[in-house]
Amino acid sequence: MTAYVIRRLLLAIPTLLMMLTLIFVLVRLVPGDPAITILGDQATEQALSNLRIELGLDQPIYVQYLDFVIKAVTGDFGRSLFTGRTVFEEVLLVLPYTLELAAASVLLAALLGLPLGIVAALYRNLWPDYMSRVVSMIGLSLPSFVTGILLLLAFAVNLGWLPVISKSTGSLAGHLLSLILPTLTLGITMMALIARVARSSMLTVLNEDYIRTAKAKGVRSARLIRKHALRNAMIPVVTVIGLYFGTLIGNSVLTEIVFSRPGLGKLIVGALNSRDYTMLQGLMVVFAAFVIAVNVITDIAYGFVDPRVKLS
Amino acid sequence: MSISETVSHRKNRLWTAFRTNRLAWVGLLLLSLIVFAAIFAPVVAPCDPAEQNILRRLEPPSADFWFGTDAYGRDILSRVIYGSRVSLMVGFLAILVAMVVGSTIGIISGYVGGIFDRVVMSVLDVMLSFPTLLLGLMIAAMLGASLENLIIAIAITEIAPFARVARAPTMALKQREFIEAGRAMGFGRVRLMGLHIFPNMASEVVVVGSMWMASAIRTEASLSFIGLGVPPPTSTWGAMIRDGFDNILDAWWLSVFPSLAILLTVLALNFVGDSIRDAIDPKTQAE
Repeated sequence: MTAYVIRRLLLAIPTLLMMLTLIFVLVRLVPGDPAITILGDQATEQALSNLRIELGLDQPIYVQYLDFVIKAVTGDFGRSLFTGRTVFEEVLLVLPYTLELAAASVLLAALLGLPLGIVAALYRNLWPDYMSRVVSMIGLSLPSFVTGILLLLAFAVNLGWLPVISKSTGSLAGHLLSLILPTLTLGITMMALIARVARSSMLTVLNEDYIRTAKAKGVRSARLIRKHALRNAMIPVVTVIGLYFGTLIGNSVLTEIVFSRPGLGKLIVGALNSRDYTMLQGLMVVFAAFVIAVNVITDIAYGFVDPRVKLS
Repeated sequence: MSISETVSHRKNRLWTAFRTNRLAWVGLLLLSLIVFAAIFAPVVAPCDPAEQNILRRLEPPSADFWFGTDAYGRDILSRVIYGSRVSLMVGFLAILVAMVVGSTIGIISGYVGGIFDRVVMSVLDVMLSFPTLLLGLMIAAMLGASLENLIIAIAITEIAPFARVARAPTMALKQREFIEAGRAMGFGRVRLMGLHIFPNMASEVVVVGSMWMASAIRTEASLSFIGLGVPPPTSTWGAMIRDGFDNILDAWWLSVFPSLAILLTVLALNFVGDSIRDAIDPKTQAE
């Protein structure tokens, strides 16, 4: 197992380098002079050249690239042009909010999505199956800001059960209450995805020979499903949760806008509106690192769930 | 059984699988209605979507204005109808660009093979693992808000799936006799890839395109909602929702109707795309 974990960690290094290169290229695609874009066309020549030196834009492109990669690898993601804080500090300030939301959403999605998918598979082509499939189809079709707005209108504005703005009031109950709608918003898509994958993977497993053998040997169906089928059906679900985590964080941008929550998404939009390009670049690196980390963790978790993986 | 018979038999079976799927028909019907409304927007829409009427602003849905009016007194129904043009056009063009660029990359990568192929594929894997919305958001932000840039940004986020779909059959096709014959006759690589390999996978690429269009439309709406969409005064669903969001406490209709429009469009596309996938998937056929 240790060898597998180490190999998987080493494999992440080229991916990380590739992602950094991609971000570097992407940022250089900006049409025009970045210094003018940041300071505006009224800026003096002196201010422009100062900024170019500060950003390293006066250096040849390969020096800029190496500088960028070395800094990123050593944890220096740059400094916001406006607040003066480093990207790292800015991210640390809001990260707990995003992580809290993401974790709650994954939990909710797994708690609702798994039973939905499994029931659909067991009652294949009967009404629970159709219900589950329509629910997951709708969940997958809704962009998260639409979900958010519809939930907000229904539960906060019309029924008045939950707070409109998820501002933390200090008390734990109030805090949890304000977390409900954003969690639902973010969790619904993932729930739909989990339900769908759990259904198809459960169907595949139920058709396997060893299930038929177990059935023939008289294993009771509750035990058959729990002990024999479910364990193997879980493997693709774990992968999907990992793969989807990046999208989940991406969607949190929309959710945070709708519920005016602080978080990584708000940070990105703020940087966008103030044209803080160094901040944007830094945030992209942070996101990239995040996505890679989750992928690695998923692969390692996969190794635990499916012992065959680490042999290959 | 000759090869052509197998092919037509397969096509027939696919068509039957698609035809007998009720959801496919619901999706197609919905989609045709939406496309019809988009094309004939000037005829279908009751008002001019840009016409302001300060005396009748923020009116709830009524017999005069079925979907109500916005903060400038513009008719929401008309704006939703015109908004479908932007969503469908951006979705369609972005997918078209991604399809052309992606399958070109996939075919070249699969045909050339070797280290080149491995590098290209790992770059695409990296792009795939980055969240679509964030990638689109970054590119759109870098390029600046305009219709063309929005299409480019969304297209870039969708290139990878097409490249993957085009690459796999290329690797199988390039071993086949007819490609070898072409090579022996001195055909250039471009001709072989463009005229002999591509037509053999065009249908698969188009099917994948139909499945990803829903995703492209969702990204368009999300970027418009963030403020990176087609700039005003053009009406887009995402921007309408964002504007309506300021008045959400006392004028629900501003954001609800464009939200439903997005939901129905994406749902219709997903119904169709899913039915196509079910029809192709050998696993679902065997039952």
